[in-house]
Amino acid sequence: MSLLEIKNLHASVNGNEILKGINLSVNAGEVHSIMGPNGSGKSTLAGVLARRESYEITQGQILFNGKDLLEMKPEEAACEGLFLAFQYPVEIPGISNAYFLRTALNAIRKFRGEEELDAMDFLPLLREKMRLLEMDEKFLNRPVNEGFSGGEKKRNEIVQLAMLEPKLAVLDETDSGLDIDALKVVSKGVNAMRSKDRAMVLVTHYQRLLNYIVPDFVHVLVNGKIVKSGGPELALELEDKGYSWTENEPVGARR
Amino acid sequence: MSTVDQIQDLTKQEYKWGFVTSIDEDRLPNGLNEDIVRAISLKKGEPEFMTEWRLKAYRYWSTLEQKQAEPTWANVKYPPIDYQGLCYYSAPKQKKELKSLDEVDPEILSTYAKLGIPLHEQKLLAGVAVDAVFDSVSVATTFKAKLAEAGVIFCSFSEAVKNHPELIKKYLGSVVPYTDNFFGALNSAVFSDGSFVYVPKGVRCPMELSTYFRINAQNTGQFERTLIIADEGAYVSYLEGCTAPVRDENQLHAAVVELIAHDNATIKYSTVQNWYPGDKEGKGGIYNFVTKRGKCAGKNSKISWTQVETGSAITWKYPSCILQGEGSVGEFYSVALTNNYQQADTGTKMIHIGKNTKSTIVSKGISAGHGQNTYRGMVKILKGATGARNYTQCDSLLVGDKCGAHTFPYIEVKNASARMEHEASTSKIGEDQIFYLQQRGIPKEEAVSMIINGFCKAVFRELPMEFAVEAQKLLSISLEGSVG
Repeated sequence: MSLLEIKNLHASVNGNEILKGINLSVNAGEVHSIMGPNGSGKSTLAGVLARRESYEITQGQILFNGKDLLEMKPEEAACEGLFLAFQYPVEIPGISNAYFLRTALNAIRKFRGEEELDAMDFLPLLREKMRLLEMDEKFLNRPVNEGFSGGEKKRNEIVQLAMLEPKLAVLDETDSGLDIDALKVVSKGVNAMRSKDRAMVLVTHYQRLLNYIVPDFVHVLVNGKIVKSGGPELALELEDKGYSWTENEPVGARR
Repeated sequence: MSTVDQIQDLTKQEYKWGFVTSIDEDRLPNGLNEDIVRAISLKKGEPEFMTEWRLKAYRYWSTLEQKQAEPTWANVKYPPIDYQGLCYYSAPKQKKELKSLDEVDPEILSTYAKLGIPLHEQKLLAGVAVDAVFDSVSVATTFKAKLAEAGVIFCSFSEAVKNHPELIKKYLGSVVPYTDNFFGALNSAVFSDGSFVYVPKGVRCPMELSTYFRINAQNTGQFERTLIIADEGAYVSYLEGCTAPVRDENQLHAAVVELIAHDNATIKYSTVQNWYPGDKEGKGGIYNFVTKRGKCAGKNSKISWTQVETGSAITWKYPSCILQGEGSVGEFYSVALTNNYQQADTGTKMIHIGKNTKSTIVSKGISAGHGQNTYRGMVKILKGATGARNYTQCDSLLVGDKCGAHTFPYIEVKNASARMEHEASTSKIGEDQIFYLQQRGIPKEEAVSMIINGFCKAVFRELPMEFAVEAQKLLSISLEGSVG
């Protein structure tokens, strides 16, 4: 059974249909990339998976780990092991990064029936992950994302990913706004999290991220539908020919 | 379900401490006149000077009442109060003087237990001395011996009148004279009890002093009077916490607090106020009309007010500082939360008189449900206050779209050397923030309370540690139900 099974998913925002019948199946251990032009529905798909409330699901089904994802609250999906790295991480003034992450980790551990971590056990772990992402320790006590640069925010997302160890990580445009050095650091962090028990879905506009995080599968999303699927070579082909190329391709071409 | 709807829901938490203790009461008939004032004074066995002072206050208040001079400038709405329909004295009956906690009425003790008040001996180890005020009369005072060792006087106001009349004569009304305002005058005439603290020269009070007030009897206005004096070089930190049971009728509470800090003395006064706010429809709840003022009389003295106000149907409260001594410092840190139909008009006055005086104001207002939250502050720099400085930060957070936040800052500067800073912000609690925390596994209610606690952090860190934790819990409880 797949870790994530999306069947004929239709979703609307304010009555406008954005996703028009998505089918996707992701197994543990796999890295999938969803590529597509602006407005194709990539971020909507990421948002639906994370159970953001602004979307109306009109048709279809999503099974996550065999459970009905569309019945879960966002925090339940998170506790079940679904993680979203945000395209625009939010600032939470007055709450330190460390306190926030410990609260999150303990909420998830509690859900799993594990013991909560106290600060003594938690901090060394967090420090280790921050080193991996080359983040200064001063970020431990800074309020969540407040005054962080764009790159620092994205790295902070991956620190969270590393701490929360989800079954499925959805990365929404994690490469946007990153310079090449930051992109390498972030990719290193993401690659370190690849494992046979964990799946990843990389939502991205550009192929360049995929030079550093090489996916097993690439899907092209155009106008709310997956129009083409293939291996990593598909991303290169897209880079070469542009998205308009896929629009003329027969739908039957997908795997 | 939209977040707005869910936010409406966040407010559906019933008042957790709504229980009524049945004990025999000793109460005077309703209404107010000179005889009632005399009777209160007599019941308390007060010396002549107190009776006279009360009567003067009553006469003054009476002229105000006849002129219908109850203040109306605050941004709050409530039906007229029938002052002749209220009872001005009610005390639990006691047969004899209490020597230890064992002698306290077990019902009273169990009430305190429900409130989580640390009355018992082991709690003393936590460093908290409690002067518990139960419907106006102190029933138990702990830690007295230890305080006495340090020379600190911490007792009920009535005891202080009996045992330290010279201090009462000297300081009572010296910061808030009975002519100060309508509610202050009323309090001066009828106050039933309260706390008294005197910290002698050079003494650092060895523990946090704490008083819990509890309003219990029906239709009883509660009129507390607190007087704290820190002599030269002394330091004291005082915490006042309040909870009251559910009542349908509105209950009037008009307290007066006076603080006096002499040369190089520091008084830190913290309040956690959680009186019954009324129900979801805005029925019932406490009217909290309080006059709190501190005088930095000596040079380099400091008075710091920290308040967390989550209760009461109506709050009318402006803890202020008169910065008279050269180099004296006044601080005001405030979190005020209004939910359902609560109204709060609160803030501070910083009156700079002495040279190089400094004041800091940090106000955080949170409005949820149909709550209306007003910050009203005045910073006044008088002519002689050369080198005065003020920093004001005033932030409002809105939860939902039916509440309101209002800000009325007044600044009056009569000395050109003054430096004033004012920052203000109003924001809505973000759906994106809530979702971000939820996506990390944190349940929605916890997410909201986390965001709000973050918003209030600058104030919470001014509270004594154990009370900061309590204040955070209180805030979460007060907001429970206002988000899905």
